[in-house]
Amino acid sequence: MTSRPRLDVDALLDDPQTKIVVCCGSGGVGKTTTAAALALRAAERGRRVVVLTIDPAKRLAQSLGIEALDNTPRTVRGLRQDPGRGSGSLAATMLDMKSTFDEVVVSQATPDKARQILGNPFYIALSTSFAGTQEYMAMEKLGQLHTQATAEGTYDLIVVDTPPSRSALDFLDAPERLSAFLDGRFIRLLMAPARGPARLLGSGISMVTHAMSTILGSHVLEDMQTFVAALDTVFGGFRQRAARTYSLLQAPGTAFVVVATPERDALDEASYFLNRLGEEQMPLAGVIVNRMTELEGGEVVTVEQALDAAAALGSAGSQADRSARVCAGLLKVYADRVATATTQLQYREDFRTAHDGVPMASVPALISDVHDLDGLRMVGELLAKGSPKSGRKTPAKDPTKPKR
Amino acid sequence: MPADQPSTRLHVVTGKGGAGKSTVAAALALALAGPGKRVLLCEVEGRQGISRLFAGAPLGVTEAALTHGLTPGPGAGLGQPGGEVFALHIDPEAALREYLATYLHVGPAVRALEAFGMVEFATSIAPGLRDVLLTGKVYEATKPTRRGKGALTYDAVVLDAPPTGRVTRFLTANAELAGLARMGPIKNQADSVMATLRGPQTAIHLVTLLEDMVVQETVDAVSELRSAELPVRSVVINRARPQLLEDELANSVAAGAVRPQDVATTLSRAFSISPGSRGSARPPDLGFVDTLLRWGTQHTERRRLENVERDRLYALGLDLTELPAHPGPVDPTTLRDFARDLSQSRIAR
Repeated sequence: MTSRPRLDVDALLDDPQTKIVVCCGSGGVGKTTTAAALALRAAERGRRVVVLTIDPAKRLAQSLGIEALDNTPRTVRGLRQDPGRGSGSLAATMLDMKSTFDEVVVSQATPDKARQILGNPFYIALSTSFAGTQEYMAMEKLGQLHTQATAEGTYDLIVVDTPPSRSALDFLDAPERLSAFLDGRFIRLLMAPARGPARLLGSGISMVTHAMSTILGSHVLEDMQTFVAALDTVFGGFRQRAARTYSLLQAPGTAFVVVATPERDALDEASYFLNRLGEEQMPLAGVIVNRMTELEGGEVVTVEQALDAAAALGSAGSQADRSARVCAGLLKVYADRVATATTQLQYREDFRTAHDGVPMASVPALISDVHDLDGLRMVGELLAKGSPKSGRKTPAKDPTKPKR
Repeated sequence: MPADQPSTRLHVVTGKGGAGKSTVAAALALALAGPGKRVLLCEVEGRQGISRLFAGAPLGVTEAALTHGLTPGPGAGLGQPGGEVFALHIDPEAALREYLATYLHVGPAVRALEAFGMVEFATSIAPGLRDVLLTGKVYEATKPTRRGKGALTYDAVVLDAPPTGRVTRFLTANAELAGLARMGPIKNQADSVMATLRGPQTAIHLVTLLEDMVVQETVDAVSELRSAELPVRSVVINRARPQLLEDELANSVAAGAVRPQDVATTLSRAFSISPGSRGSARPPDLGFVDTLLRWGTQHTERRRLENVERDRLYALGLDLTELPAHPGPVDPTTLRDFARDLSQSRIAR
């Protein structure tokens, strides 16, 4: 028998030991909205929260009452504090890759060197337009927020939305990729003129530089060498910071929440996340399945029976029989909804069987997108009571609820 | 369709993650591979979404036959076999080796670069270079005549491109490179790739859903692509909700103008005629009627919101194609149904 632990969202958010909540999942599953809704709920339950989003969806900023999100956390107004829970707060920020990267460079390098790096064409390309930088910078920003939170006590909970990458866990690989990069022979080759006699690298050097000059043009090689040499000093610190963020993610105060929709692709991706998180020994809180089609206990006849009845009305009904047309249409709507819900439930059950014991919560499909704080608050409430198959609707703000 | 119109050789399919761009790319490849045609379907993100759709083995890094194209329906060459669909998973490392071999013409230098980890370097730390390589490879495949022994030429290439959030950057990586490398063969190659991607033989299609945020992202992506001078051709609306209740009736239901008692009466008639309901344990009661009316109202409200989104998409002035919602997973049969829908739309011309 499959165990069906429920993801108790309120217990997770109320636990003062929960310091970081990371929402991951494939694109288009409502990850960003989930992150914002969790952050709002935590804040209204007394936590001092900052939510870091990656997705530049303007709607989300607007739903938080902020015109545009940027690299500096902005205070969200209009919170409804839960009396007796202390005063929480919510700030929101969006990752700005370039500014974050610039900040790292400026904080790590001497002013001279920083100027050299910031003006280098390779740096500009790397920090603004290359995919992958986003993952590194998301890690960096999380690290910064955490340091700030610890040092100044500004926040006691950070909720992070993850980049919509090919594999949204790319950010976990960032430190390792960085190390591999720094230890790579190619980098050492490029830095050779800065570091010492080229002959240390063996006789291949001249052939390689010649080949590179041929294909790239010699100025490109020079630009690259300047860039790499300049970044050399910066990367030492950068790498350390990334490694620190990585261990922060593994620490008990972190909770990963995998977000999915009841579709095969999204759940396959969620499975992949669960496996990766397990391999990396990252602490998993549970899985949230968004946009479940709800039957509200309304299924009385089967899909086939409804469609048969609709067909019967269609063939028997004369043009004039408006009631027959209404009923036939309603029966088709009914059949469509039951069929969809049944498929979704099946997917969710298959997923649960494959990941026995993983806590789950479900959120019913909403008719329209979330536009404002009220909408986010409602999503939060649905999340809190969204235990799959729980007929009982526990009051969202039940103080007697056991801690995690 | 006019035969003398310059045909599109490269179809770039993008869309918000989760909107179904791989499905549409695959269906489009099937639709384009009519009798006597050869189409290449390329994947660049290593997700192997295409092999999953066709329930086959993972795609390889060399072009390989995947399946046959759409068999024509009645009236249009019925009985002729469909064309060929080839598939390719473009791997950045393999592309780089090929790229270097092409531009250096000398084996030893490539081997030297490889020995020094150039390949790792280029494909891991410089993802922009990865985009250059991937688009470069797509460009090679689109050429009407191709270098290399045994290289096939294609009537069309369909690219399952990165999602909307990254697609402009992906497609313009070569423009960026052309800026970095101010001269030499690399710049020339980069310029040629950009000329093709921006040229009349390329068409970009955006896959969307009729949801507010997805449509917003689509609208934003269209303006981004347009300002990058990239040829946006069409929008494909995926999973469009079917019209199950005529608008006028739906409005009555939503307005509460339908009497539950009337529905109940008609229903009991329907369930007594319908053979499928024989032996049904519970005759439809007022609770059931209530559910029907409530769900009918919700359905109507969803359709209304979808129409608002549809209007925003119409305002883009692009070709619009709709693919119906399909319960359950997309299997090869569904894919062919989609392909048939697409082949009748303007997207496949």
